[in-house]
Amino acid sequence: MNQPTHPTPTAEPMVRAQGVRKSYGPVDVLKGIDLEVATGEVFCLLGPSGSGKSTFLRCINHLEKVNSGRLTVDGDLVGYHERDGRLYELKDNEVARRRRDIGMVFQRFNLFPHMTAVENIMEAPVRVKKEPKAAARDRALDLLARVGLADKARSYPSQLSGGQQQRVAIARALAMEPKLMLFDEPTSALDPELVGEVLDVMRGLAEDGMTMIVVTHETGFAREVGDAVVFMDDGVVVESGSPRDVLTAPRHLRTQQFLSKVL
Amino acid sequence: MKLLAPPDTARNRPSEDIPAVPVRHPGRWAGAAAVVLLGAMFGHAMLTNPRLDWGTVGGIMADPSVLRGLRTTLELTVLAMGIALVGGVLLAVMRLSRNPILSGASWLFIWVFRGTPVLVQLFVWNFLGALWPTISIGVPFGPSFHSWDYNDLVSLFTAAVLGLGLNEAAYMAEIVRAGILSVDRGQPEAAASLGLTHGQTMRRIILPQAMKVIIPPTGNETISMLKATSLVSAISLVDITRAGQDISSRTFQIIPSLIAVSVWYLLFTSLLTIAQYYVERRYVRGTTHSLPPTPVQRVRTALRARRAPLVTGGSS
Ligand SMILES: Nc1ncnc2c1ncn2[C@@H]1O[C@H](COP(=O)(O)OP(=O)(O)O)[C@@H](O)[C@H]1O
Ligand SMILES: [Mg+2]
Repeated sequence: MNQPTHPTPTAEPMVRAQGVRKSYGPVDVLKGIDLEVATGEVFCLLGPSGSGKSTFLRCINHLEKVNSGRLTVDGDLVGYHERDGRLYELKDNEVARRRRDIGMVFQRFNLFPHMTAVENIMEAPVRVKKEPKAAARDRALDLLARVGLADKARSYPSQLSGGQQQRVAIARALAMEPKLMLFDEPTSALDPELVGEVLDVMRGLAEDGMTMIVVTHETGFAREVGDAVVFMDDGVVVESGSPRDVLTAPRHLRTQQFLSKVL
Repeated sequence: MKLLAPPDTARNRPSEDIPAVPVRHPGRWAGAAAVVLLGAMFGHAMLTNPRLDWGTVGGIMADPSVLRGLRTTLELTVLAMGIALVGGVLLAVMRLSRNPILSGASWLFIWVFRGTPVLVQLFVWNFLGALWPTISIGVPFGPSFHSWDYNDLVSLFTAAVLGLGLNEAAYMAEIVRAGILSVDRGQPEAAASLGLTHGQTMRRIILPQAMKVIIPPTGNETISMLKATSLVSAISLVDITRAGQDISSRTFQIIPSLIAVSVWYLLFTSLLTIAQYYVERRYVRGTTHSLPPTPVQRVRTALRARRAPLVTGGSS
């Protein structure tokens, strides 16, 4: 379906992780993650609860600091500036600058409850990119229309259903025109009948060629839209490959056990 | 007629109360009667007491010295609460900072200013000139460019504002801190992921949401402050309480002066209560589906309904 946007193998990967480790005190959460996400790819991350999927996503936009290993986004080392073979920690405002290019969608939406849908979407373009308010509002309204919520611009998050809130959250992330979108179980907090509307929006994004890392238990979505699937367990990558390989013919016992539970 | 209405129109009618005999509460009635009786007796005793001249009370309320004192009281309240709000936010943010020096300094400030009586702090600000008679700006530990006499720089009024304001800032810091901590952890995370800086996140995302928790106790604190300003008479600043006392010691109208002053305090605490009600409404935006009407709106609706009585359906 999204064959034309398929990445060329020679391009610099959007995300490259080499031996990425992360621990909270004595607890090792990521125990050496190696993976590559190509530009334009929909990369699905599966794994049981507590396996470190969220932690890995949070490392990508530096909400968490990696302990060791190399993690790059679009060629830039996350959290550091590399010069003459030495690493310099980025200042807070430089970290913030890099985060502009990475959109993130959370399991529990995390919309700003004191702002309307359109204000949620305008906030970052106006405050971070200093876009004029009128222009930002027009773009926000376009984005709302794109996620099918043109009539909800003036609604507060508490007046929206879970599915509608998550679509606003996706529009909010898109307003910064990111080159990479991270989705952390975007449909896990939704009633079953609302999952489809969010997945439809994500499918549309994938068709437009957005690079996406999606943590999900929706194997149907992974199979249909995903270009690559990785199965993680206990802080390591157990198995990776095309959706067909990993989801229909898993080689590892742990993958098989996990899939038999979620399917 | 009602019984003849077809079932579907009955369902469309706004719901009516079920016609049932309500439970009687004889105890409540007896209690209410006792309260009303006692109140009436007290009111009667106050209003008809020949030794309590209400004209005198009014006269004292309007006395120029009392009005000047009232002005001082209000100015102190506004300025001290201003310092307390700004200082409280600053201290709370410092307290929650990951920098141990900043959070330690904030902790120490709160420890000192909350742990000593405000009266003592007023004295300290007033007499600090004994410790540092001059204050200079210049190179730290080096030459100074300009110096001021402490007592010129810190007038009686300034000492009072500093004493009341900084003490209150310590309390406000704890209130603001509780407000900040009440905001969901996902909020700063979402803001950070959009590229907002720490400062922007605090101003635009965290504090507006923390307001819901901060405002009710802040209203209390403001009302407390209005009354706590009466302590400044200890450093011989003339606020409304002191002005009232001066009149009563001059004219021996002790009770009328006390009542006159109390009525002024009650008037302004009432105004503050109303202000708090409206400010609170503003900051619950987004958390409730619709706000209940304000008393003013309710009265207006009722008046409109009376002026234009509902026209009942004329057909059939
Ligand atoms: N801030 C934290 N402090 C301590 N432990 C944490 C923290 N965040 C996550 N963990 C632990 O790290 C592990 C992986 O968590 P997470 O990345 O959320 O897993 P997943 O998203 O795959 O369910 C869990 O065991 C969790 O308890
Ligand atoms: Mg998770």
